[in-house]
Amino acid sequence: MTLLGKLNWSAVPFDQPIVMGTVAVMVLVITLVLSWVTLKGYVPYLWREWLTSVDHKRIGIMYIILALIMLLRGFSDAIMMRAQQAVAAGGAQGYLPPEHFDQIFSAHGTIMIFFMAMPFVIGMMNFVVPLQLGVRDMAFPTLNSVALGLTASGILLINISLAVGEFAKVGWVAYPPLSELQFSPGVGVDYYLWALQISGVGTLMTGINFVATILKTRAPGMSYMRMPVFCWTALASNLLIVAAFPVLTATFAMLLLDRYLGFHFFTTDGQGNAMMYVNLFWVWGHPEVYILVLPAFGIFSEVVSTFSGKPLFGYRSMVAATMAICILSFLVWLHHFFTMGASANVNGFFGVMTMIIAVPTGVKVFNWLFTMYGGRVRFNVPILWSIGFMVTFVIGGMTGVLMAVPPADFQLHNSLFLVAHFHNVIIGGVVFGLMAGYNYWFPKAFGFRLDERWGAASFWCWFIGFYLAFMPLYVLGLMGMTRRMQHYDVASWQPWLVAAAVGVVVILAGVVCQVIQLVVSIRNREKLKVTADPWNGRTLEWATTSPPPAWNFAVLPRVSDIDAFWNKKQRERAQQAQPQRQYEPIEMPKNSATGFITAFFAVVTGFALIWHIWWMAGVGAIGIFLTMLAFAFRSEEEIEVPAEQIARFEQAHQAEIAV
Amino acid sequence: MNVAVAVDEEIRHETRPSASEAGPATKRVVVGYGFWIFLLSDIVMFSALFAAYAVLAHATAGGPKGVELFNQRSVAIETGCLLASSYTCGLMSMAIASRRYSATYLMAFITFILGAAFLALEIREFIGMIAIGAGPQRSAFLSAFFTLVGCHGLHVTAGLVWLAVMMAQVAIKGFRETVERRLLCFSLFWHALDIVWVWLFTVVYLMGVLS
Repeated sequence: MTLLGKLNWSAVPFDQPIVMGTVAVMVLVITLVLSWVTLKGYVPYLWREWLTSVDHKRIGIMYIILALIMLLRGFSDAIMMRAQQAVAAGGAQGYLPPEHFDQIFSAHGTIMIFFMAMPFVIGMMNFVVPLQLGVRDMAFPTLNSVALGLTASGILLINISLAVGEFAKVGWVAYPPLSELQFSPGVGVDYYLWALQISGVGTLMTGINFVATILKTRAPGMSYMRMPVFCWTALASNLLIVAAFPVLTATFAMLLLDRYLGFHFFTTDGQGNAMMYVNLFWVWGHPEVYILVLPAFGIFSEVVSTFSGKPLFGYRSMVAATMAICILSFLVWLHHFFTMGASANVNGFFGVMTMIIAVPTGVKVFNWLFTMYGGRVRFNVPILWSIGFMVTFVIGGMTGVLMAVPPADFQLHNSLFLVAHFHNVIIGGVVFGLMAGYNYWFPKAFGFRLDERWGAASFWCWFIGFYLAFMPLYVLGLMGMTRRMQHYDVASWQPWLVAAAVGVVVILAGVVCQVIQLVVSIRNREKLKVTADPWNGRTLEWATTSPPPAWNFAVLPRVSDIDAFWNKKQRERAQQAQPQRQYEPIEMPKNSATGFITAFFAVVTGFALIWHIWWMAGVGAIGIFLTMLAFAFRSEEEIEVPAEQIARFEQAHQAEIAV
Repeated sequence: MNVAVAVDEEIRHETRPSASEAGPATKRVVVGYGFWIFLLSDIVMFSALFAAYAVLAHATAGGPKGVELFNQRSVAIETGCLLASSYTCGLMSMAIASRRYSATYLMAFITFILGAAFLALEIREFIGMIAIGAGPQRSAFLSAFFTLVGCHGLHVTAGLVWLAVMMAQVAIKGFRETVERRLLCFSLFWHALDIVWVWLFTVVYLMGVLS
């Protein structure tokens, strides 16, 4: 059996009906989708136009599709946990054995943070940022495609763990010594580590790409203080990626060395130091929170100002607040473990820093409120999510400040109060923001709007469901219930957990509404068709067609103020006459299979390393190297879009883009 | 000749009103800038390893300390090799700028040899330590030492492979724009490794024998 390392038939959990049922459904769905695609003859189209595409818009859309699928996966984990805790009171054990329950909460956290929120945020930035900057692509288009591939590889590995072997049972933070070989000898932690290492490399590439794009490629005239706020928040978020993700990579590398080669970074013997892992993890982990939420703040800024018909209140203070959060986010990591036992002064410092971070966040909330004040607010779906966010996020923020007080934290640490708090800010902040952005930019991506009624229904279900599901957890936390309990003896907890389970059902209704919204909108796409500027937007993405051509802008727009597109509309309304344009041919990056092939070999390598199949890991690594070589030696890097083609496109869409 | 072209570009930049008025930067600027960002992220990774080393420097678990293990002479030669290779790498950049093939190959070859010598000495040090039972499994201190120094060594290895590939590219493709941009990135990478080594030399080898 050495040929296949630790892998054999006992790795497949045939004896667990829940797991096997899920696997069967997943395999069935994948088979159906693949055979449908093949039978319809879509494979060449998908390969040519999507899988090998280096177009930032296509890549962004693919990120978001991945994220939405993973949202379903992570959400089904949530339903299972809530159902388990609703019934497993007193002597009852519920329907999930402890080993399975532990895998579910670990997978839920890992998937939701790394494979739902991250790809969703990165997808949004990919689609929107170059359009808002008024340029034709990212700084490094092929690198972008490789980054997508590596994220998808991580997602694939974590889902393979469902069918082959097991997933980590150590929570999404994988603290040692529990995650060390001594206490977790299975492959679960290895799945966790390799999936995150591989996707982490992809995320780092994305971060570098965006920083270079935003700082070095902007439309003529777009100085820093003319950039849309979403671009600012994307810049801050990607600076954080560049500064924080390498720490995660190093930390996981240390844990991997402990597990694979018997090193002693975090072990109980050899004078390892487990608390060092916790420190390093949160040096990445706290900025990660802001990597996710800052772009969401950017989305709210765009949505609130567009739907209020006013420029954003306090643009400069918004930018300053964003960059302040960007820096402060590195000075608060210890608040995740006040209970470590650092001195009172250390805890005091980090407590105060944590409270200070609430100040720039408060500035932002007031800016949004003042933007709406005196505006003529149109209550479309994106603004519903934004208002829902403002209410919910403020509550979550205040419970956060509460826990920033170290003595209070000693009581609340690892209780359901904490679980309620971070869901309050992540769902209320990040998820609501992404939903607002999804509804807001969907017409730009596909040329038709999403159905408003189903969208509103989805929002209300999510909003009400959220409060039902998480407010009881605050109460439970104060009653002393700790997180991650497979069963419990305190009968008085049960009613609250049943209420939370009902809340999850309401959120489920919201998710179902979203699926229906998508289906209904696709079916009615002719009726929902939009022109370039369906919301009366203010920024440059609304200046080009919906969907935009591969080259985004036939002529790079000239920017002379913030809200560039809004000002252009005002000017042109005054002038009327449009000058006849001369178009020049445009150089566009050539499609490349590099990303796809790299991702393939990354999965091979990751899987082989998890199962100790050393020869296969070697094959995968050589494969990646050869792919890079082939890319380095390719003869053509760019194709030229002829001027006639651009002129033809512009003529055909003249009515659409004309103001 | 190429130097003159570069100077011309400088002047044109200065006559423009400002960078943001000009629109997207040239490919060369964007690539160089992006690679700088990567280097910064790489240095962040090294700082995490440095931090781990600093935390575990005295966690010897009853095993050997740095002062008993480090061979100052060998490390001094290693340092000399790496610093000299940075100098020859700089000479290579000048040869590339003036499009001299043979000088480019020669300097790349010397850089490669010096890098390989550095690596060989490091591997000899590692093997020697493992042979006397001071391998990375012995204590947390040695785990951190092997990881930090080994990570730098892996970077040097990657740099050597990269240099070899780049020379093949010069031979096959000549000095075209993409090749020149990659060579620029390579030299940035190689010099950055030097900077990391200077810290490493100070924190690990000098401070390690002080106590």
